[in-house]
Amino acid sequence: MQSEMVQGTLDMLILKTLLVGPAHGYTIAETIERSSEDVLQVEHGSLYPALHRLQNRRWIASFWGTSENNRKAKYYRLTPEGRKQLAAQSSRWDEIVRAIGRIMNPGPEKQK
Amino acid sequence: MNRLRFFGRDPADAELHAELESYIDVATEENIARGMSREAARCAARRKLGNATCVREEVYLMNGNVIVDSAIAAVRYWLRTLRREPMFAAVAVLTLGLGIGAATAIFTVVNGVLLKPLPYPHPADLVAPGVRFDVPILMSPSLWLTCREQGRSYQSIGIYAGGGASVTGLGEPEQLRALNVTHGVLNAAGVPPLIGRWISREDDTPGSPEVAVLSYGYWQRRFGGDPKVLGRSLTVDDEPRQIVGVMPQSFDFMDENAEIILPLRFERAKLYLGQFAYLGIARLKPGVSIEQANAELAQLYRVWIESWPSILPGSLWKSGRVKAAVSPLSRVVLGDIAGALWTVMGAVGLVLLIACANVANLLLVRAEARQRDWGVRIALGAGKARILCDALAESILLAVAGGVLGLALAYAGVALLRHLEPANLPRLREIRVDLPVVAFAAAVSILAGLIFGLIPAWKYAGSRVTSRLRGALHDGGRAASEGREKRRAQRGLVVVQVALALVMLVTSGLLLRTFEEQRRVRTGFGDPRQAQTFRLTIPGTPISEPERAIRTAHDIVDKLAAIPGVTQAGFASSMPIDLNFRNNDLIIVEGRETKPGENPVSRRLRYISPGFLGASGSRLVAGRDLDWQDIHGLRNVVMVSENLARELWASAQAAIGKRIRDLPENPWREVVGVVEDVRDDGVEHPAPPIVYYPFAMAKYFRFPVVVQHNIAFAVRGQGVGTAGLMSQIRQAVWSVNSSLPLARVLTFQQIYAESMARTSFTTTILVIAAVMALLIGLVGIYGVIAYAVSLRRREAGIRLALGSRPRELQWMFVRSGLALTLAGVAVGLAGAAGAGKLIATQLFGVTPLDPSTYVATPLLLLVASVAACWFPARRAGAVDPAETLRSE
Repeated sequence: MQSEMVQGTLDMLILKTLLVGPAHGYTIAETIERSSEDVLQVEHGSLYPALHRLQNRRWIASFWGTSENNRKAKYYRLTPEGRKQLAAQSSRWDEIVRAIGRIMNPGPEKQK
Repeated sequence: MNRLRFFGRDPADAELHAELESYIDVATEENIARGMSREAARCAARRKLGNATCVREEVYLMNGNVIVDSAIAAVRYWLRTLRREPMFAAVAVLTLGLGIGAATAIFTVVNGVLLKPLPYPHPADLVAPGVRFDVPILMSPSLWLTCREQGRSYQSIGIYAGGGASVTGLGEPEQLRALNVTHGVLNAAGVPPLIGRWISREDDTPGSPEVAVLSYGYWQRRFGGDPKVLGRSLTVDDEPRQIVGVMPQSFDFMDENAEIILPLRFERAKLYLGQFAYLGIARLKPGVSIEQANAELAQLYRVWIESWPSILPGSLWKSGRVKAAVSPLSRVVLGDIAGALWTVMGAVGLVLLIACANVANLLLVRAEARQRDWGVRIALGAGKARILCDALAESILLAVAGGVLGLALAYAGVALLRHLEPANLPRLREIRVDLPVVAFAAAVSILAGLIFGLIPAWKYAGSRVTSRLRGALHDGGRAASEGREKRRAQRGLVVVQVALALVMLVTSGLLLRTFEEQRRVRTGFGDPRQAQTFRLTIPGTPISEPERAIRTAHDIVDKLAAIPGVTQAGFASSMPIDLNFRNNDLIIVEGRETKPGENPVSRRLRYISPGFLGASGSRLVAGRDLDWQDIHGLRNVVMVSENLARELWASAQAAIGKRIRDLPENPWREVVGVVEDVRDDGVEHPAPPIVYYPFAMAKYFRFPVVVQHNIAFAVRGQGVGTAGLMSQIRQAVWSVNSSLPLARVLTFQQIYAESMARTSFTTTILVIAAVMALLIGLVGIYGVIAYAVSLRRREAGIRLALGSRPRELQWMFVRSGLALTLAGVAVGLAGAAGAGKLIATQLFGVTPLDPSTYVATPLLLLVASVAACWFPARRAGAVDPAETLRSE
């Protein structure tokens, strides 16, 4: 159950990261970890399969490019379809977060 | 599964590999930038990535399909082993091919004959109404009319009879197989004509123009498929007939093979109770059940008795012993072939089982050799399920290869069967390899693959693989102590094989003995190999010109008898034992008039010429044969069979001078001779009582003079079956009348063989199956002993070094094989006793527990298995002890 959720979340986080522009695997992982203030640690063992899966679904596309320090690296970018998917997933995510919040902190009006 | 992704897996994997490498590079650079040493940076990067191979495998599997993968792996593996062990693959595939082929071939027959619905639209609605005297269900014209006019169950109802017709005026005169039908027969069958129309209601009314419907074959042969044939005239039996229709190629009414269909006509005023000489067919109205039709027929039968004149004294029809019944048409078509076919099907099923056991055995031996292989794979992380899957996939591949071979064999076998045309196998034309047969072969192959694949897989995918691996790696998988335990499964399989083979041998032995007994039976006629027969139709209207017809027949007999080498010639309405052209009716015996309520028995009738009994080879028991003065003088004489004489007058001698007749208004006929009993219904059936009337008689039935004109000649002498004798016979016939076609030109032996055909068909196939079972079983025994010898080579060497004699060593191995065979024989004898009971109805002159069969077959099996053990055992004796000890 938990792993399922994490897996789905990872997909969404990757899409979100790619929203600002193309990036290669290392950058994606770094960005996620940094933006979450190192709360979320990206398992590289699941990062690459996730990238592959997203590519199979045609939500992201890849190309070979050169990294910041002049290394050959595989870059990923968001496809229009992936953009749509991200929008759908984030609104769904918001819903879930709000729902869970209501359960965890019931009746905020009463408390106030 | 995405096809593109599936096939692009390897490039994708390479790319992923490159990507992961680049990740490490990028991460290393980053780490160095953070101040790590290059070495530590690289290590940290690798640590962060984790197991790169796992990542790659996960992605690889994401794009794959486990079943397809393991199938492909199995094919590859199999092709590799095939190359390495071609003998194993050849033996396994061949064994399976034979087993599956035999099962598929017989299933093709069972499917075509028993399982497929009859080739008419809505065959379930077709029934055969009639009256049950003995076995066949017969109809009479008067009962048919009653049913047609007052029955409410039928859409259409008709009666028919097979026969012959000679066609003249189209080149050479020709005798055709004809089907005589009333209106309603073709309607009930429901197959529309290719062109033209069916026989109509007007056609079977006396006085309307004569018509004919052609079969597709005759239409093609004689008229080249000319569509304008409708309306043309054809001279059939000296009468011009108009062709009104052609039936389609697929139409073969009741396996009659009729080439021409003619209307059957009855004059209503001349009909009476009786004349059960026809077969009925009817199509039920939708929603009418057989039970309803039966109830209605019982009621119509009572109506019939009241509405038609009776010509017999007594009240046979009211006695309640005659039963009117409706039965499904399929039962009439199939007769009693079902039992024989299921027996054969069971036999080939057993052969297939034996073949499976054999292949399972071969696989067990190989699985042994693969212990190490599997152990290594498990140690490297392969799942047990995966290994089991691979092993099963390999078995199924073997089975599929065997299935393909089997299907090819079955195809050839069915072609051969259709070519041989075994008589009295109904629906032969419908027997073909079609989709259900292919499906059957596929299902049987896969099932077989599962059966023989699961045994070794279950045996070896056990839990102790790692320990076995350890042992296997240490001493090369040759631990003798372990071998004993593993061989238990093999030994069990051999016992099963031997047992099944024995069951097959015993049943086929019983059938062989039956065949032998049948041949030894006193048939009541002479050596059938020395008599030639043929049928012809004496032309003219015999009723108006009896003298001319008698003269022609007499001249032909004289000319035939004058052929050099011919000892006897004559003719009759039908040859003995010929399953076609039979005739039965009641007789009245002087001084034994039937009392009311007593059931007069229907007797077999045969109309004969002087000399016929001699030509067919039946002995005279008392009195004299007919002579030509009896015929020309139309004397009131008759002959009877010995059993009829005994039944009516206690002895053959006493019968001479007694009198019988056919109808009360006709004169008595004096018995002048008694003929030995003839097994006319087939050698396996008791001889029926027979009345032999002269072929020409005055005041017989309702006619002033009757001359049989559709007759079978018998010519006994030398050169039977040769073209020389046949051309002399033709010349003799044509010197009397040059426009007489000869039909059904057969040796008497062929007619005799036809009557034995069912037994010989079953027997032939069972013997073939039994021989296959024996051979496959022997290969099994051979395999086990050979394997035991190879496992115990070292032991054999040590024993020899310690002073054992080679002969003793050989005996040791032969003895173990013999023990297996004896166990198999014991199990098999019990099985055979059960199987014998199942085929008891097909036996003749042999009990299901025939002692000689039960002694001979196990002996045969023992001798054969000793031979199968001795060859591999010899190798144990030939082991060089020095070499064995050196290799230690």
